[in-house]
Amino acid sequence: MTVMAVARRTLAKDLRLEWRAKDAVNSMLFFALLVVVIFSFSFDPTAEESRRIAGGLVWVAFLFAAVVALNQTWARELRNQVLDAYRVSPAPAVSLFLAKAVGNFILVSVLEALMTPLFIVFYNLRSVGPVYQLLLIAVLGTWALVVNGTFFAALSIRTRSREIMLPLILFPISIPALLAMVDGTTSVLTGETSPRFWIQLLAVYDLVFTTVCLALFDTVINAE
Amino acid sequence: MLANAEPVVSLQGIVRHFGRFAALRGVTAEFPAPTRATTSRPADPATGRLVLILGENGAGKSTLLRIMAGLLKPTRGSVSMLGATDLREVASRVGYMGHAPLLYDELTALENLRYFAGLYGINDDARCRAAIRLVGLDPELKRGVGQYSQGMRQRISLARAIVHDPELLLLDEPFSNVDVQSAREMARLLGNMRADGKTIFVVTHQPAVLGEVVDESLLLSAGVLAARERGLPEYLKFPFMQRGHYPDKDREQDQNQNSQNQSKDQDKGDDGVCPASLEGGER
Amino acid sequence: MKRFFPFFVLVMLALLSYAFYQAMFVAPTEATMGDVQRIFYYHLPHAWVAFLLFFTNFLASIWYLVRRTERADALALASAEVGVVFCTVVLVTGPLWARPVWGIWWTWDARLTSTLVLWLIYVSYLVLRRFATGAQTQVLAAALAIFGFVDVPIVYLSIRYFRTQHPQPVIAGGEGSGLDPRMWTAVLWNLAGFLSFALLLIWLRYRLALAENAVEEAHADRALGSETEMQTIKPECRGSAPERDSAPKVGE
Repeated sequence: MTVMAVARRTLAKDLRLEWRAKDAVNSMLFFALLVVVIFSFSFDPTAEESRRIAGGLVWVAFLFAAVVALNQTWARELRNQVLDAYRVSPAPAVSLFLAKAVGNFILVSVLEALMTPLFIVFYNLRSVGPVYQLLLIAVLGTWALVVNGTFFAALSIRTRSREIMLPLILFPISIPALLAMVDGTTSVLTGETSPRFWIQLLAVYDLVFTTVCLALFDTVINAE
Repeated sequence: MLANAEPVVSLQGIVRHFGRFAALRGVTAEFPAPTRATTSRPADPATGRLVLILGENGAGKSTLLRIMAGLLKPTRGSVSMLGATDLREVASRVGYMGHAPLLYDELTALENLRYFAGLYGINDDARCRAAIRLVGLDPELKRGVGQYSQGMRQRISLARAIVHDPELLLLDEPFSNVDVQSAREMARLLGNMRADGKTIFVVTHQPAVLGEVVDESLLLSAGVLAARERGLPEYLKFPFMQRGHYPDKDREQDQNQNSQNQSKDQDKGDDGVCPASLEGGER
Repeated sequence: MKRFFPFFVLVMLALLSYAFYQAMFVAPTEATMGDVQRIFYYHLPHAWVAFLLFFTNFLASIWYLVRRTERADALALASAEVGVVFCTVVLVTGPLWARPVWGIWWTWDARLTSTLVLWLIYVSYLVLRRFATGAQTQVLAAALAIFGFVDVPIVYLSIRYFRTQHPQPVIAGGEGSGLDPRMWTAVLWNLAGFLSFALLLIWLRYRLALAENAVEEAHADRALGSETEMQTIKPECRGSAPERDSAPKVGE
């Protein structure tokens, strides 16, 4: 079977599992909602101010939700040691990574799609700049978080204190991407500057790290 | 198929450390390929081989099996399975059943099999169904596998391991916590597969279940291959796990020892089986 | 190599002493900032050395993934640890300098911020090394190290752009901001001194790591040991220790 075929199969399997074990997804959604509400309590800005800080708030909230999702997806492979069954098969490790990364991307995007309207409502947000740029930043930024997050989550399944390990090693490396997401979003919302550099940076970041992840995943998943 | 001369499995000086704990300390064994009658009657079936791997907890049985499956790399020594040192090459011809179920609890048996068969490039639904029926279960069952009884789960796990019709099977404690009916089903199936020319390695604490179909027994003790015998090991003729003592090759010595122990017991007013003390822990 | 160690130590001490003399006495006092500016002669060389050490870690990690030798991993570990120390010095000297001069402890100055991110990345590397279990520690850490270093140029780019968007006071000169040539001499001498200091530290840490590995090996080897140590399980009842049987070596 080709790499993509296996990846598609695995993704389909993951989505089906996600759907069956609905309580996991539901608790993630509820967590995301809580984060938005709590953040809203901590600031009570005017419309002008809110445009300035919303970028940071939104992305920090997305980051927390993403970490919860990322920890989840590998946990399933460890239950019943199912990962062993994949590893003894001839299926390429890269397919597993792609499937997990895309699955996480879908999951985190769903969370973001839920949280965004809430933010808009609570902060009375209206964007000065074009919305398509916000979408672009959202897509590139989410992929940046998810691609490294999936890889590092796979790394951390072989460590003690697994849940805390993931954010610990993910956040420092994601700082430039986070900077780009936050500042890019802010510049679009306020309309004061062009987010073009940040979008380019995100694209470069995505390209570079997707390559590194694909190159190193086989080594990492088979390390025992 | 292998060239006739090549062993189906070759283990040379396998050493495996986990930090300071030496789980395996130099295991060497070779297993010849299944014989095939070289006559002009191709209908003659090849006879396979069924090898038991026995030993106390922590002896390194599961570790050895995982190394053979390619899940672990030996710290030292070399493994060759089906003539290949890179085990990824022959992955499609090897089936592995782990100690844990290796199944997705939320999926049905058929969904599980479909997925894993897909990893081997098998998209044939009928084959998955056949594998489930082969282990004596109903492929139409809509329950998630997590809701099966342990015996049923083990059977599906076995089905998963054989759905791609591997030449070589590695089974880690297939009968653990399994009811008698399921155990008998699985043993019968393994016997058939052996008759079909497959090579099967079984790690188990219940060797008697397999009874007649056992070709060889390996005894691992504290990471070393302590004995290699034809058929079931001798001690099974005596009460199982007599005082935690695994006899060595010299059976006379063993029998003498048994009578000595018995007389010692009477002197001591013994209180029964003493737990064996082990170095290191079970991995 | 071991024989030359005292010699190297002396050379290093000599370099550091001379560099100190250069920094404190020879280099002219800066016009606006006064003598406080002399901390710059520590701030900048440490930043450069830290970067060099992280680059070494990157190379060693790649070498480890390709060859899987103990020495590669020991070098990776040593360079990361010493690099983090030097990084810490940069992060401490920065605010120490900023406070008397500009009245603020921290500023999102490009170099300082990048160093902070670098510090975070390599501390997370060290944390991973501490928390990973078993033989896979080295492989996982090597993978993370590669990620970390590949990130470095992106970090610098993003922070520099961020600074142009949100201008901040500049802590460090040396970015073409007209340094007196005597100041450069002081910087270079300190660079030489601290570089040799770092190399010595790495060497010591590297040998320590190899020694630790050798101890582990020895323990495991002892368990592997002679035939007479092989333990057949013959427990004695009533609480006495299990007997180590000197059984003849059986079948292999």
